[in-house]
Amino acid sequence: MKARHQRLLLIAGALVALGLIAFLVFSALNENVAFFYSPTDVREGKAPKNKLFRVGGLVEPGSLTRQADGVTLSFVVTDNAKNIPVQFKGILPDLFSEGKGVVAQGRLNDEGIFVAQEVLAKHDENYMPPEAAQALQKAHDEATGGAAP
Amino acid sequence: MLPELGHFALILALLTAASTGVLSLWGAQKNRAPWVALAKPGALALSLLVTFAYACLTWAFVHNDFSVEYVAQQSNTLLPLVYRIAAVWGGHEGSLLLWLLMLTWWTLLVRLFSRALPDTMRARVIGVLCLVAAGFLLFILCTSNPFLRLIPGVAEGRELNPMLQDPGLVIHPPLLYMGYVGFSVAYAFAVAALMSGKLDAAWARWSRPWTMAAWVFLTLGIAMGSWWAYYELGWGGWWFWDPVENASFMPWLAGTALIHSLAVTEKRGSFKNWTVLLAVSTFSLSLLGTFLVRSGVLTSVHAFASDPSRGIFILAFLVAVIGASLALFVWRAPKVGLGGRFGLFSRESLLLTNNVLFVVATGTVLLGTLYPLIIDALAVGKISVGPPYFNAVFVPIMAPLLFLIGVGPFARWKQASLPEVARLLAKDIYLAACLTLLFVLADFSLLGLRDILLVQLCFFILLSLDDHARFPNQPAGAPAGIWVKSRRILNRFWLIGVAVSVGLILSFSPLRQPVVTPLVCLGIFLACWIALTALRHFIRQARATQGNGSLIAAILKQPRHFWGMHIAHIGVAVFVAGVTVVGGYEEEKDVKMAPGDSVSVAGNTFRFLGVRQVKGPNYLAWQGDVELSKNDRFQRRLLPEKRIYHSSAMPMTEAAIDAGFLRDVYVSLGEPIDRAHPEAEWAVRVYYKPLVDWIWGGCILMALGGLIAMLDRRYRNRRTHTGESK
Repeated sequence: MKARHQRLLLIAGALVALGLIAFLVFSALNENVAFFYSPTDVREGKAPKNKLFRVGGLVEPGSLTRQADGVTLSFVVTDNAKNIPVQFKGILPDLFSEGKGVVAQGRLNDEGIFVAQEVLAKHDENYMPPEAAQALQKAHDEATGGAAP
Repeated sequence: MLPELGHFALILALLTAASTGVLSLWGAQKNRAPWVALAKPGALALSLLVTFAYACLTWAFVHNDFSVEYVAQQSNTLLPLVYRIAAVWGGHEGSLLLWLLMLTWWTLLVRLFSRALPDTMRARVIGVLCLVAAGFLLFILCTSNPFLRLIPGVAEGRELNPMLQDPGLVIHPPLLYMGYVGFSVAYAFAVAALMSGKLDAAWARWSRPWTMAAWVFLTLGIAMGSWWAYYELGWGGWWFWDPVENASFMPWLAGTALIHSLAVTEKRGSFKNWTVLLAVSTFSLSLLGTFLVRSGVLTSVHAFASDPSRGIFILAFLVAVIGASLALFVWRAPKVGLGGRFGLFSRESLLLTNNVLFVVATGTVLLGTLYPLIIDALAVGKISVGPPYFNAVFVPIMAPLLFLIGVGPFARWKQASLPEVARLLAKDIYLAACLTLLFVLADFSLLGLRDILLVQLCFFILLSLDDHARFPNQPAGAPAGIWVKSRRILNRFWLIGVAVSVGLILSFSPLRQPVVTPLVCLGIFLACWIALTALRHFIRQARATQGNGSLIAAILKQPRHFWGMHIAHIGVAVFVAGVTVVGGYEEEKDVKMAPGDSVSVAGNTFRFLGVRQVKGPNYLAWQGDVELSKNDRFQRRLLPEKRIYHSSAMPMTEAAIDAGFLRDVYVSLGEPIDRAHPEAEWAVRVYYKPLVDWIWGGCILMALGGLIAMLDRRYRNRRTHTGESK
């Protein structure tokens, strides 16, 4: 029954390979998922330390400053309830502007400054990143006693 | 007036599509010749009606008819004519109409090039396509009609997103849609074959060129989109694992699996059920892609303004398509039979592995794309899945797949001998490893890759063409011809050449900090391996059919499917080399520059001379003036721009790229350091991207290979015997 043995071998090999791939995929997914937090969440300490996450809201008008090297920028992201200072080294996207919605991905450092690796602003001047919109809505609801569903 | 006619044509098209679809399918099932005969004129009428509707919409754009709401949203009088024509598919409604237009053209092509098909089969294929078209027509008419009037009309329209005002947009969506929609033909063939209960080699042979055509378009469309993102978005990357990129990549992965499994079904009659399932899932993934992009459930660069009813409609359509075809499959599959048996190591088993890996890859992309949606729906939180996930899972899945590209063509159908193939390919493994070693050495030395490779190149070419299998070890004492002798000498010389250059590099050349990583080595090895094995297979096959003629003539005489396969595989090698080198060696700097400042990356010096204001047809721009020089020799001036479009006040970065065969250098303007003084200092981004153009070059080769394979003679037979019977 050589053919049957071969087939068993093939099936066993395929199962092992699939198991390996599944393990690989889920561990990769676990490590590389960035959760989204609003500035209020971050201030309340809900955001993880030393793990990549996203924060979103509005860029506080007048908060954008540039350090002497010209490419390190600081600005404040707000959900109109709480603020969080963000630092970013690099070139901001074209649609980044004060008073508009923004989403940043990075880590929180020990001084409570969010060090962004990536800043996202979307490709239409009237478009608000949904995460940012939701953060604002949530902060607004909490401020008004959560009356609005 | 014309927009109303267009609207009317769409309604007529819906009636035509629905009636042709139902009648020709019913007629084919019940063997009613008059109904079956309806399919041909039905397909023609449908495509004419939709083309007319599309022409009406284009006319409204060309003549700036802003009383049509869609035109007013997408175009204005300042927009140059070519972008007004392209703006037809710049928004949701128009791009759906383009989708539909492509679908009806594919249907028409099937009608025109289906002389080899029995009448009932043709009626079924056209019938299925018509039903798909009817679904889309219903969608357009109910939720996204581009012909709606704006009352009262406006004098001036809004701006087409400046992002889209680029030659890339003129080509990218139509190519992509031709690919997406083209898989509907493969789907229709599969469903038609299931209905008739005749899944045989003839079905696979009819289906193959169509599937290949769709795949070629999709490959070009994705490559075009990637290239466009590279030069237009100013991000400098070529693939971002953006959900919408993934939406086009999933049908590509499944479609690639499909063209390989169709080969098995045609040649050996195996994998029939599997092939049908792949055809159904490839088209379903195309629909899913449309759903993901159009419904606005994903946040992405491509997401159009969302309207929930649209998403729900496409979702319902998707469920109907998948559900109906799976039901049909479950009903019919038991009758299909298994086809030829094959051994543990054979061409079939290797292609099966290929298919499994492609399907797994599709699954991981699907998981990464939908996972944020699932988490959101479960209200666990909002997450995003970033490129590291995709990179982490793709390398281990793709590496064995790429390795098998080299093995597959050498394995016989049914049962191959592993030791024989291993013996044949041992030298290619050795050669690819040597090339990788040289690459690593070049990384350590300052001599430069080019100098080292040039020394080696001639040896390599001569040696890799030498085929030990055909010239087994000469028995001792046998008279060796001059050709064999000289090759033996070359063989020895080549080894000496490697040894000497390794010695030279290690002892004389100044060493530097190496950049090379194991991943880069793997990529280089696989690229070399694929290219070398493809060359070897070519020469082996040519020698086998050479007879008394010359080798070159024998190579040229190889059938087109053979040429196509190897050109596409070499395209993969070129692509892998590009991806590997650009990933390992690109350099990027973001700097503040005042007029007169310089910055260097990888030996290229950029001198910033300042900015000036320039005027475009519908924008104002700050144009930077950058002098590029290498080793103090002036190369060229680069003129990156920062544009502000009049009607949207939206800034846009236009990068300046000096493209080359071996590297691109790339400058883009960030923003002025002090907004009050834009003529002074700017934040500037400079890139050095080695071999980046090989990425798209590889894609073009893959598509070219597909095109050549598609034109193989055997697909052009008038009527095949299996096709005639019934």
